[in-house]
Amino acid sequence: MEKYKMHILICGGTGCRASASEAIQNNLQEAIKAKGLDDEVQVVMTGCFGFCEKGPIVKILPDNTFYVEVKPEDAEELIEEHIVKGRKVMRLLYVDPENKEVISDSKHMGFYKKQIRIALRNCGFINPENLDEYIARDGYAALGKCLAEMTPQTVIDEIKESGLRGRGGGGFPTGLKWEFAAKNIADQKYVVCNADEGDPGAFMDRSILEGDPHSVLEAMAICAYTMGADKGLIYIRAEYPLAITRLKVAIKQAREYGLLGNDILGSGFNFDVEMRYGAGAFVCGEETALIHSMEGLRGEPTVKPPFPAESGYNGKPTNVNNVETFANIPVIINKGASWFNKIGSEKSKGTKVFALAGKINNVGLIEVPMGTTLREVIYEIGGGIKDGKKFKAVQTGGPSGGCLTEKHLDTPIDFDNLLAVGSMMGSGGMIVMDEDDCMVSMAKFYLEFTVEESCGKCTPCRVGNKRLHEILDKITLGNGTKEDLDLLRNLSNVIKDTSLCGLGQTSPNPVLSTLDNFYDEYLAHIVDHRCPAGQCKALMQYVIDPELCVGCTLCARNCPVDCISGERKEAHLIDTSKCIKCGACMEKCKFNAISIQ
Amino acid sequence: MAKIKLAKSKVEKLVEICKSFDNKGSELINVLHKAQETFGYLPAEVQETIARELNVSVAHVYGVVTFYSFFSMVPKGEFPISICMGTACYVRGAEKVLEEFKRQLNVPVGETTEDGKFSISCLRCVGACGLAPVVTVGERVYGRVSAGDVADIIKEYQK
Repeated sequence: MEKYKMHILICGGTGCRASASEAIQNNLQEAIKAKGLDDEVQVVMTGCFGFCEKGPIVKILPDNTFYVEVKPEDAEELIEEHIVKGRKVMRLLYVDPENKEVISDSKHMGFYKKQIRIALRNCGFINPENLDEYIARDGYAALGKCLAEMTPQTVIDEIKESGLRGRGGGGFPTGLKWEFAAKNIADQKYVVCNADEGDPGAFMDRSILEGDPHSVLEAMAICAYTMGADKGLIYIRAEYPLAITRLKVAIKQAREYGLLGNDILGSGFNFDVEMRYGAGAFVCGEETALIHSMEGLRGEPTVKPPFPAESGYNGKPTNVNNVETFANIPVIINKGASWFNKIGSEKSKGTKVFALAGKINNVGLIEVPMGTTLREVIYEIGGGIKDGKKFKAVQTGGPSGGCLTEKHLDTPIDFDNLLAVGSMMGSGGMIVMDEDDCMVSMAKFYLEFTVEESCGKCTPCRVGNKRLHEILDKITLGNGTKEDLDLLRNLSNVIKDTSLCGLGQTSPNPVLSTLDNFYDEYLAHIVDHRCPAGQCKALMQYVIDPELCVGCTLCARNCPVDCISGERKEAHLIDTSKCIKCGACMEKCKFNAISIQ
Repeated sequence: MAKIKLAKSKVEKLVEICKSFDNKGSELINVLHKAQETFGYLPAEVQETIARELNVSVAHVYGVVTFYSFFSMVPKGEFPISICMGTACYVRGAEKVLEEFKRQLNVPVGETTEDGKFSISCLRCVGACGLAPVVTVGERVYGRVSAGDVADIIKEYQK
């Protein structure tokens, strides 16, 4: 890396690539060539920077200038001004929305200030397709240390002492899990990386795999060393083509460097990794279901015990950890358990990555110490609610987490606190909702997901969730009764208590938490036949206020079914019998003349 | 479902795919991935051939195909349209966008227009939540789509 004077880092995460970051890369390279600076300036496509809301992001080193919302046509100016003349391109810098201050270094931005990056340490920093860059950031030092200086048991003890808990949602102590797998004697054992990130709205695992694939390979090798396995499998979603490509590159490079394969670093330890592809089944995030899927079967969970540590893949002892869990391991070995366990809360150590999304200003991927409050995450890092609307709820833990409200905002986020308030950590999805979101519809939306994703093996989950969904549907259509609410609650509790795996045991959470926190909203649907958030189509009508309408015709021109009539400069009218309630008119109206009744 | 007869070359291709995975039943999912990549979808006849080659029952193959949402038994359109229904997209209005696509193309989710040009499906999170709601057409990703943009997106592919 030292041969270049300057480096231009471009986010190559999925979000930024969707906004043409590859074209930016090409244009930058051309502009550099045109100036004859090929030998001095290097353009690197990195993993995700996290600040997706402001993507595509371009960062220039060594001066740490962080450009946001860059377009391919800005490339020439960036090179001409910043690289050649040494002047920052002011119009592409981040402006603090509160005090309008221009901030050029990301570490001073509200979004990054409170973050501590352990699992995401290399994302947006190194070229994920270059092993040397990973090594330059202490990569494979932890594996070297384990093989040369530590016994399997001392490695396990270190992980146990660190207090690391499974980041996939279970929160089970990782060191303990490794110890179980190590204790079972067998001729063949397996290490499995669960990269079947199924939570809609959570994309931390993919970002780690896309931005720092070697951290996962290194950790898998360390795990294999502790339990005496020589084979690793990465179970990854087929829907993640970029992550798959980057992993394949990483595996190939690691083999070439002798960091995977036989006699790693001359220690006599053998380990190699293969990929297995998921095919779109949420339940495969559950470890027994995942193992069945890898065996070529339907991904249905089985009763534990036996735990995979005894009898997993092909009936052999298997240790399954999630991507983010693995990404923490090398740092713990390098910096020590006592460094790691000082970060976080009493029972949840270290940091957690969250995918912050929904009605929030700064959508993105963040990593904060456990124990950070929801308020800090939503208001300080997330920059508050979009369009100045009112915060209504935050849903943590993916489709089977709970919806938390204003009163929970000061709850420090960790595994146990979230469970105590009726939600869960899950894999770290965090969806923020505002006053326009109907909580009954949200519960229905989540149930729709679980109904579709239930594997059908056990009755409470297969039938129970379907019934829950039907009742919620009935309520959103305005046909619910008060008895339905009791039924919802009873049925939810039965499903939770009697389902076989984590999916059914948690799927009623959105129903229960919205019943607890938004009971009045349910009542409004049932008693008043009204959706307070104005989202339930059956219970609403779009109307134009003749006082406010100036007759600009914009709504009529944007109506997809031509149901708005009216002469120019005269108040318009919506034909409610033809209206499909798509909301396009309301979105376009510049005079707030259209409302929902 | 109507039977179609697989061309000999297609059968040979399938046999080859199965062979590349040592005709092992445990490789079924990998075989199906490869087969779908080659043929675009997995009609009954493809499943029958795979079952024969891997020496497993057709019911087993069918069970696996229908279990995973990635596998499809119907062909996709020339321009497959997918609307992200992940939570982040949903709260930013993905449902309205979906409704609009369904209305304009006049096909339900999971089906293809009569001319074979467009098919509509829902997907769960492409990981571009900053651009929500997201629609993909083939490899192309459209961000911050509203119901009003739908006609323009369709028009791009209708020429």
